[in-house]
Amino acid sequence: MKFIMPLKLALLGAAVACITSSQALADSANIAVAANFTEPAKEIAAAFKAKTGHEAVLSFGSSGQFFTQISQDAPFQVFLSADSARPKKLVEDGLAVKDSRFTYAVGKLVLWSKEPGLVKGEQTLKDGKFAKLSICNPVAAPYGAAAVEAMQTLRVYDELKPKFVEGANISQAFQFVQTGNAEIGFVALSQVINDKDGSRWMVPQNLYSPITQDAVLLKKGENDEAAKAFFEFLKGPESRAIIEKFGYEVPPAKAS
Amino acid sequence: MAGLPPDIWQPVRLTVELAAMTTLILLIVGTPIAWWLARSKAWWKEGVAAVVALPLVLPPTVLGFYLLVLLGPDGPGGALAGLWGGRTLAFTFEGLVIGSVVYSMPFVVQPIRNAFDAIGDRPLEVAATLRASPLKAFWTVAVPLARPGFLSGAVLGFAHTVGEFGIVLMIGGNIPGTTKVLSVAIYDYVETSQWREANILAAGMAAFAFVVILTMMMLEKRTARIKG
Repeated sequence: MKFIMPLKLALLGAAVACITSSQALADSANIAVAANFTEPAKEIAAAFKAKTGHEAVLSFGSSGQFFTQISQDAPFQVFLSADSARPKKLVEDGLAVKDSRFTYAVGKLVLWSKEPGLVKGEQTLKDGKFAKLSICNPVAAPYGAAAVEAMQTLRVYDELKPKFVEGANISQAFQFVQTGNAEIGFVALSQVINDKDGSRWMVPQNLYSPITQDAVLLKKGENDEAAKAFFEFLKGPESRAIIEKFGYEVPPAKAS
Repeated sequence: MAGLPPDIWQPVRLTVELAAMTTLILLIVGTPIAWWLARSKAWWKEGVAAVVALPLVLPPTVLGFYLLVLLGPDGPGGALAGLWGGRTLAFTFEGLVIGSVVYSMPFVVQPIRNAFDAIGDRPLEVAATLRASPLKAFWTVAVPLARPGFLSGAVLGFAHTVGEFGIVLMIGGNIPGTTKVLSVAIYDYVETSQWREANILAAGMAAFAFVVILTMMMLEKRTARIKG
């Protein structure tokens, strides 16, 4: 068949790209970042580079997606999850360094709309005067699970379920609302913290279990200078300041 | 099988519906386009052919991005949805059909056009001398002669729509029974570590793809024999 030839060329190209990129990785670490933490992670990586010269190469996705990939030997050295269960499981499975797990942030759930005045509080959910409500996949993404829990606590879950649209991760859930395709959606506070135009409701903490976001040093980063440096930098005061700026709570550092 | 989620077959049904609807629309819309591309003497027709073929090269993300904006409340799709009280065509079955029609168009138009090309002028000229109107010549001469092209176009269009993933992921919203098609359901199962379910659907897809490709090869062989 005539597409065999281009396929061969593509494979050759991919092989060449792999060889050249592995050389460039000498001084960098691959970090898997839960999508809600995208913006702070970028700032932290920039500050990290300015201070140490190391490069933090960031990948963004849902926590569930990364968990699956890491269990299949993905080349990540540090994992910033949006929950504590998955990092814990990775330690148990021997894929993350024992005792490395710590909580880098506690996330806040927000009901958000691009339209001013649309989101007024829990009444907005009870009235249900919207066609589509965006959430992220509750099984793969902790913010999705928190959104479901909050709606269940408010006893509006069953009525609202037919209006759900699901993003693969919180970035996509946010994008559905941002493009106006869904009028409202549950997003992370960090995503809308600088938004002045829309309307929002900070979901009260008593409606959902705290979103405890844990980081772990993965086995692949155990002996990697850049990865270890990034992991320590994440605990430091510069990172804490950035994380708090985006609306997360940072638990007091535990004496370890 | 025990322990399987009861809704595991829903994406299969939905995918078949989407692919069948898309193929039907593409046969209706694609045939005149293919005919025009095969018969027209216009100097710019290859430009049109290139536009039809664009989805072959474009990443699904490009189409997904444009569709998300165009189908949304600020685009023509939103206006269309407004006719029946909706706000957006994203997250709807209709939206997926629109996306699939664009995405699979080259796979239907190209084989039909090739088949029309292969007929040449002669049979149609003969039909004209026998006083067949152009329309009658089209239906009684061109379409029957181009039948293998229609068959490959339909099979490829159907199969390619079944294999669609990126666009649906971007404009679908993963709604069970509406936009959660097979490829997205598999993605979802893998992301959430439900590998047994993912395995069942993925193995089914692999078998389906094998049958399609085998069918296409046999069709090609038969066509070649008829011609040769």
